[in-house]
Amino acid sequence: MTDIATYNFAYLDEQTKRMIRRAILKGIAIPGYQVPFASREMPMPYGWGTGGVQVTASIIGPDDVLKVIDQGADDTTNAVSIRAFFKKVANVAVTTETAKATIIQTRHRIPEHPLNADQVLVFQVPIPEPLRFLEPRETETRKMHALEEYGLMHVKLYEDIARHGRIATTYAYPVKVEGRYVMDPSPTPKFDNPKMHRSPALQLFGAGREKRIYAVPPFTDVVSLDFEDHPFEVQTFDQPCALCGAGNVYLDEVILDDHGGHMFVCSDTDHCEKRRADGHHGHLAPETHLALEAKEPAE
Amino acid sequence: MATPLVVSDVAKSFTMHLRDGITLPVVAGVSFSIRAGECAVLGGPSGAGKSSILKMLYGNYAVDEGQIIVQHGSGLIDLASASPRTVLSVRRHTIGYVSQFLRTVPRVSALDVVAEPLVERGEDRESARTRARALLAQLNLPEKLWALPPATFSGGEQQRVNIARGFITEHPILLLDEPTASLDAKNRDVVVELIAAKKAAGVALLGIFHDVDVREAVADRVIDVTAFAAGKIAA
Amino acid sequence: MTDEPLLRVSALSKFYGSRVGCENVTFDLWPGEVLAVVGESGSGKTTLLNCLSTRLLPSSGTASYRMRDGQWRELYRMSEAERRFLMRTDWGFVHQNPADGLRMTVSAGANVGERLMAVGDRHYGRIRATAVDWLSRVEIDEDRIDDEPRAFSGGMRQRLQIARNLVTSPRLVFMDEPTGGLDVSVQARLLDLLRGLVTDLGLAAIVVTHDLAVARLLSQRMMVMKDGRVVESGLTDRVLDDPRAPYTQLLVSSILQV
Repeated sequence: MTDIATYNFAYLDEQTKRMIRRAILKGIAIPGYQVPFASREMPMPYGWGTGGVQVTASIIGPDDVLKVIDQGADDTTNAVSIRAFFKKVANVAVTTETAKATIIQTRHRIPEHPLNADQVLVFQVPIPEPLRFLEPRETETRKMHALEEYGLMHVKLYEDIARHGRIATTYAYPVKVEGRYVMDPSPTPKFDNPKMHRSPALQLFGAGREKRIYAVPPFTDVVSLDFEDHPFEVQTFDQPCALCGAGNVYLDEVILDDHGGHMFVCSDTDHCEKRRADGHHGHLAPETHLALEAKEPAE
Repeated sequence: MATPLVVSDVAKSFTMHLRDGITLPVVAGVSFSIRAGECAVLGGPSGAGKSSILKMLYGNYAVDEGQIIVQHGSGLIDLASASPRTVLSVRRHTIGYVSQFLRTVPRVSALDVVAEPLVERGEDRESARTRARALLAQLNLPEKLWALPPATFSGGEQQRVNIARGFITEHPILLLDEPTASLDAKNRDVVVELIAAKKAAGVALLGIFHDVDVREAVADRVIDVTAFAAGKIAA
Repeated sequence: MTDEPLLRVSALSKFYGSRVGCENVTFDLWPGEVLAVVGESGSGKTTLLNCLSTRLLPSSGTASYRMRDGQWRELYRMSEAERRFLMRTDWGFVHQNPADGLRMTVSAGANVGERLMAVGDRHYGRIRATAVDWLSRVEIDEDRIDDEPRAFSGGMRQRLQIARNLVTSPRLVFMDEPTGGLDVSVQARLLDLLRGLVTDLGLAAIVVTHDLAVARLLSQRMMVMKDGRVVESGLTDRVLDDPRAPYTQLLVSSILQV
């Protein structure tokens, strides 16, 4: 049948999973607080999602349906290999459909399709400390979190405005969780920040190299930091997805040729495919005419 | 008439620790008082301790023995044993001092150097400057110098700035340490006028004047410092 | 006008094992008063400053501070959160090396604005206007506001550090050799600037220096330290013109006359 017998379920041993679950529970109890944990060596290099994989491995069960995305896409190396990993070591069902997944491990995006209370979103986090770039001392940043000294976070935003005339931070945009801890939402585009706010899904964050786990429980306030005269804004795009015609979604630029040809398409591939299957079309969709011709007579 | 300054049995010596701890007596048994509206002059040869007495009265030198009773505000305080904070308050409100040399501060204009004591006492800067201008004009300091820091002024110019700074306030007691030393005759006369005005205003003045003409013009009496020579008893 | 001190220090001692950092230091500091602490390297003056500013906990003794609401608080019994809050609002600390007190990788404007943001100012335009005002008060051109202090000269850095500290209108500023390491002409300018700010703002300050000229220009009172103990204290001009302790006499007589 399968060769799962050579691994413990979901790769990690049970004691490690218990340790990680305790860290997760503590993280849920203190929203936004970075809980140290004894990160294990995983069979993949740091930077490939070892933190997210350990969190997923600790919460996944045989009945779960796993989706893995990398920058919104289900079909890139990172997503494919992690999905294959869990298929092999946990023998779980996998999917690319957001709505069907119970656990979604993500690198740097939140799916466009709204999440529900039965879903868990697991973020891969490279640098969990939002204060790190301005304050290199871990002892000091910990103290700053403990004493709620977050002025430094605004120094960073101030610098943005001073240099660019606006808050130029577009990803890893700092948020305040439940009015207490300032948190790095991982390098997701700030476009996704509003999706974290009062999300019905549990959001877990794992940083393998930095050995930190933190969490945003369902229905928790997640507020992006800003200035009164420079309020938080998400990115806007002046054209819809070239393939599915969706507006109000996060788009990636795709280079088409060596002559400057390019298009903007949904970064969330599942969302894009769903829309196209539902008959939505962007101006560059290759099957536009075919689809139209195929569908119209039927209607 | 009130007597705002009473000195009794004051003694002063210097212990030179760097020279095997030898003690140099300066003065002993210094006793006198100054009435309001009077100008007394300390007399005696160089080295008799005139400057030291003046410096003790200003709190600049420590006092070994005795009392210096000053009418400060509504009360009397002993300057010889007063806390630094009290001495500062006395300097701000009660005792003014015109030293021999101006201690220049970089980058502050002559006008502001003169106005500063008034500003320190809470007067607004512009009216203080107005008073300062009047005094500098009276002392014949060329107007083009007013906006410059006095560090590069000649000795006489610096001295006039110093005098203006000392005379601008209305301290009830004013100590003068050779204020006319480097002045020409015309400006010496201005200082004599200023002192006369202070006397008329009821200020108690105590000064050291080597210049005989000035001394005779301003002194109501001379206090002979040789009477307080500490060495006399020892020798 | 209140006639109460701002800071009361009583029998403060700090020992490093059996070695004395500073021993049995007692004094009061009043609002608007500048106290110079002088002595040579190793005399304990920096240890004292670090204890007073709660960067270091003393071995024994007390220090009480009168808060803005008039309440007296014992510094070493305050929680760390309260002490740190005090440090960035009602107090300032000017380091000898500006790099220790500045964030070298953020702009001058952000360096000045940081304290404002730390106490909750969330209006960029207002923060920037305040930063511009303070830069001009420390004689830094407005067009340098977006430059990093790395691009500043030593004297400019030090002035920036001062602005960064004073922006929240502290009542007490600690200074550790504020003019150390600067050229003489730069020193003079800085001293003059400091003197003006201290007078205009009515700041109380404790200035640690080995330079008696700095002490004379800035302070009204001074304490002379040797081997961790205060050997003489009093009015600055009294101590300098009529030094009584053997060590003070040595110190005063060691100044080069120019």
